[in-house]
Amino acid sequence: MRAPLSWLKEFVDIPASITPEQISDGLIRVGFEVEEIIKQGADLTGPLKFAKVLSIEEITEFKKPIRYVGLDCGEGETRFVICGATNFAVGDLVVAALPGAVLPGDFKIGARETYGKSSNGMICSARELGISDDHAGIMVFAQDEVTIGADAIEVLQINDVIFDIAVNPDRGYALSIRGVAREVAGSLNLNFTDPVDALRTLKFEEKGKGVTAKIGEKSSASVFYLRTLSNFDPSAKTPIWMRRRIEKMGMRSISLVVDVTNYVMLELGQPLHAFDKAKIKGGLTIKRAGTTQKFVTLDGVERTLDPNDLMVCDDEQPLALAGTMGGLSSEITETTTDIALEAVHFCEVCIAKNSRRHKLSSEASRRLERSVDPSLAEFASARFVQLLTAHSSAQHVATVVDGEPIYAPLVTIDPAYVSRILGFDVPAKQVAELLRAIGCDVDEKSFTIDPPSWRADLLTAADFTEEVARMIGFDKIPSVLPPRPLHATLTPTQKRRRAVATMLASRGFAEVQTFPFTNQSTIDSMGFVGERASTYKVANPMSEEFPLMRVHLVPGLIEVAQRNISRGAKDFAIFEMGSIFRSPQKLVPAISPDLSKRPDQQIIDEIFKSVPVQGYHVAGLLVGKIENENWQGKARSYNWQDAIAYAQDVLALCNLEWSVARSDLAPWHPGRCAELIVNGKAVAHAGELHPRIVAAYGLPERSVAFAVALNALPESELVRPTTVGTMPAAVQDVALIVDSAVSAGDLQAALREGAGNLLESITLFDRYDKIGDGKVSLAFTLVFRAPDRTLTGEEVSAMREAATAVAAAKFGAIVRTA
Amino acid sequence: MRVEEISTWVEDARKAFASASDLDSLKAARLAHAGDKSPIALASRGLGSLSPEDKASFGKLIGDAKAAIADALAQATAILEAERDHKVLLEEVVDISLPVNRSHRGGLHPISIIKNEVSDFFIEQGFAVEEGPELESGWLNFDALNIPADHPARTMQDTFFIEPLESGMVLRTHTSPVQIRTMLTQQPPIYVVCPGRTFRADELDATHSPVFHQVEGLVIDKGITMAHLKGTLDNFARHMFGPDVTTRLRPSFFPFTEPSAEVDIYFNNRWIEWGGCGMVNPKVLATCGIDTDVYGGFAFGMGLERTLMVRHGITDMHDIVEGDLRFTRQFGVGL
Repeated sequence: MRAPLSWLKEFVDIPASITPEQISDGLIRVGFEVEEIIKQGADLTGPLKFAKVLSIEEITEFKKPIRYVGLDCGEGETRFVICGATNFAVGDLVVAALPGAVLPGDFKIGARETYGKSSNGMICSARELGISDDHAGIMVFAQDEVTIGADAIEVLQINDVIFDIAVNPDRGYALSIRGVAREVAGSLNLNFTDPVDALRTLKFEEKGKGVTAKIGEKSSASVFYLRTLSNFDPSAKTPIWMRRRIEKMGMRSISLVVDVTNYVMLELGQPLHAFDKAKIKGGLTIKRAGTTQKFVTLDGVERTLDPNDLMVCDDEQPLALAGTMGGLSSEITETTTDIALEAVHFCEVCIAKNSRRHKLSSEASRRLERSVDPSLAEFASARFVQLLTAHSSAQHVATVVDGEPIYAPLVTIDPAYVSRILGFDVPAKQVAELLRAIGCDVDEKSFTIDPPSWRADLLTAADFTEEVARMIGFDKIPSVLPPRPLHATLTPTQKRRRAVATMLASRGFAEVQTFPFTNQSTIDSMGFVGERASTYKVANPMSEEFPLMRVHLVPGLIEVAQRNISRGAKDFAIFEMGSIFRSPQKLVPAISPDLSKRPDQQIIDEIFKSVPVQGYHVAGLLVGKIENENWQGKARSYNWQDAIAYAQDVLALCNLEWSVARSDLAPWHPGRCAELIVNGKAVAHAGELHPRIVAAYGLPERSVAFAVALNALPESELVRPTTVGTMPAAVQDVALIVDSAVSAGDLQAALREGAGNLLESITLFDRYDKIGDGKVSLAFTLVFRAPDRTLTGEEVSAMREAATAVAAAKFGAIVRTA
Repeated sequence: MRVEEISTWVEDARKAFASASDLDSLKAARLAHAGDKSPIALASRGLGSLSPEDKASFGKLIGDAKAAIADALAQATAILEAERDHKVLLEEVVDISLPVNRSHRGGLHPISIIKNEVSDFFIEQGFAVEEGPELESGWLNFDALNIPADHPARTMQDTFFIEPLESGMVLRTHTSPVQIRTMLTQQPPIYVVCPGRTFRADELDATHSPVFHQVEGLVIDKGITMAHLKGTLDNFARHMFGPDVTTRLRPSFFPFTEPSAEVDIYFNNRWIEWGGCGMVNPKVLATCGIDTDVYGGFAFGMGLERTLMVRHGITDMHDIVEGDLRFTRQFGVGL
């Protein structure tokens, strides 16, 4: 919302001593963010004169048309200038910048030789003067509009300060000069004159029968004013001052009738719509579109109507998309002489829906969906009649009204509530005074408040508290720490997530955070199937390329790896921790209980249950060499063992026990993927990525990855340590020959089982696969220790043999002798 | 055997040891002056043939002399061994400036770091850290927060909706549904912060991302005032931006708070919008079954990306979301 200072001054007594910056600070203080203070004309100096075009000499030997123009600037002699624009004729009045003038952009005007002529000034466009973006050509005025030789800076009211203000959705009233002026006055404690006051007594003579107005559906609008005017001369022009104000507000002057509707909307906040009465068949009714299919709005767009669209219709067809945009068929044209002017207080939600369904946010809909002062249907339409009849030959014929304004209810509050919420004492008397300052009637005895007509948002004690605080100034609120609990801590889950991330980061992984979106072709190329491939679809994705929610973290890591590789990185490890969105759960229809009280516990549980469980994973991707290669020499590449080791480290960090099984799971290599199992549940997978994926995504060969379902990990149990023995350990090595299909993990488990409970540790220290015959040799170091005695050689040998006996029984292991 | 001779042997030995230039020449000197055939050894062996009186007097003299020679030898040995060791160590000098660490440099994502930092600060203040799902019920994300369908406030936040639309499921547009979940499942007093990932359909550019992070705070207790909100924000701002930062509350609008305010910070010589805040709207408390006659509260929320960008002088959001290792590694683990 823009607000020119010159216009504000009409309603607020702003002393010259108050600077634009002070006004801006005042607006900010009461909750209106001033995004920009535009000082129009500050970079413009005259002389800038109105001049009459006396002669035009077309110069044609250049690439573009050039005119050598003779001007009467009221100087008694003809001034000649070169001009590149062609949208004017002899007899027109234009704006001429004379030598010595400086236009915005530090563009100095002087007498100069150009195109073989001497040019003594410049004919200006609105854009060159910095007063509009319109650069269709130079500004042209009619004979009777301006005086030759007059100062254009003054007549065009160029010198002005324009505040560009952000208005919050609860303050629709401030989408008007009236509303902003009231806030300026309130904030700076200045005198305010409500422009509506002068309209309250305005009466127009009924000279005939007006177009009828009817609200077809009571809930769609409260009051409908329809004023009929006739005898309008369509050649009437918008006065310069009005046109300039409309331009300063960022809109364009179109025609007198349309300009007056816009002017009144900008001044008071009530959108108006003018119909060409000649195009109306019968009367106007506000009703739903129903079965009507198509409607062409005045921007020329044919729109497909929704049956629920609220329309303003005549007896035959819709004429306007209510409160949003008028229709092409009944718009004001160059031949319009009779006018029907509509001013309605529509239901806010109806207009919001109209606007949303057609993705059409207009100046009108923006105001109406935020609520407009219901009294304005009458006064704004009166203002229209006042202005149009004053500036044209138009005459009021009749005014028809349906419905009546509905105002916000009276509210009774406890004034002590205000102090209780704000944290400092505001006496009841002051509360009443401040509420009166914003337009409320306050009965101090009962503290019953009648909010002003333009404040439909003031309904509760909290609403009035904000108003009081706003008027006192939020800067007066003291700074006090609240009472707080003595203790809080992260939950075990939060601590665990943080520890895992810190461990990986301190071991060379860089953490990444990717957008959790994916697509079907990624899911397919990863080889995900069944439940692991099913997910949720975003109805309105950022990009049709990524409409699905991710089902796994590895694809995102691959994308980041590709980006880093494309930027020159070769050897690195990255990880991500975050949610995944597999959809085993079908979404149920929304559960939307009443909001006035806490829903039943059963309903709350259903709402919680309706939200699908979202897994929380950590995954890592390791590409290239395990170390940086430097003067110390070559480094080996990451391999499947590294990925499994990191996955195991995550489980070890969480103090869990696990077993390892071979797995064939996407996106891993079917022969090089380990599954880590905790309490019988697979919680992690790790190994080499499937070679097909590695090739498809251009990763270094044999890149490896792991993924751990953190949400599937059980909580760590309280540690109950065994006493550390001080007796000497006995170390035994055994080498076993088995079929190469026997896994080292299984063989080790067999040894452990046979060795008994004095086995302290077992370590695979050698693996030899060159003995042929499909056999492999696996050599283990077994460490035995008794808590209370030194083990004898016989005891140790017996335990070793017991261990190998189980290995032999289970896997046919043969003890290898030297 | 004369007394003078004995003192000469001691003197000779001392000289010889002192003049030895290395351990080898010291060894030769030791054999000559303290070895089996040295004068003092011969004299010692000759003691047996002396009279008992002479044996006693010369015995003491020779014993003292032997001790003196041994002492001199020990001293000389210590010096020469130290010289030898020093020489060896000098030969073993390396260039310790050579690059020695071959391991990859890791790091936490800066958003994780700032999230941890904010969480730790509030944990110290007695606030618990609550989290919730990213794919969230529309009732929890909007309705329960007093954002009715078709209210302009809903269009303030460009929402990602999940199919089927009848499910009302959305990608949460703020972490506020975590506040609702907390109020529906816990009894006051409630002191929580809710950090997390949020979504709005904004194009990715230098200052916006469709996927971003917020931290919100919620306090519900008896006698909570807007002064408590201001105090908490002041404290939080000083923690994040240093002791000199000042905050400013500006009236604003959020459906879930009333009064509502924007919180600005004065940092690096300018006012910067930091977040939103306000007193929890009694309508929201009522929906959550909190007795508004007894309890009141405040809430606030900030963007973590914005906080990070302002504090660290980051000018391009792309750096935060792209996952370039060169960017992330600069932050270490946030210590």
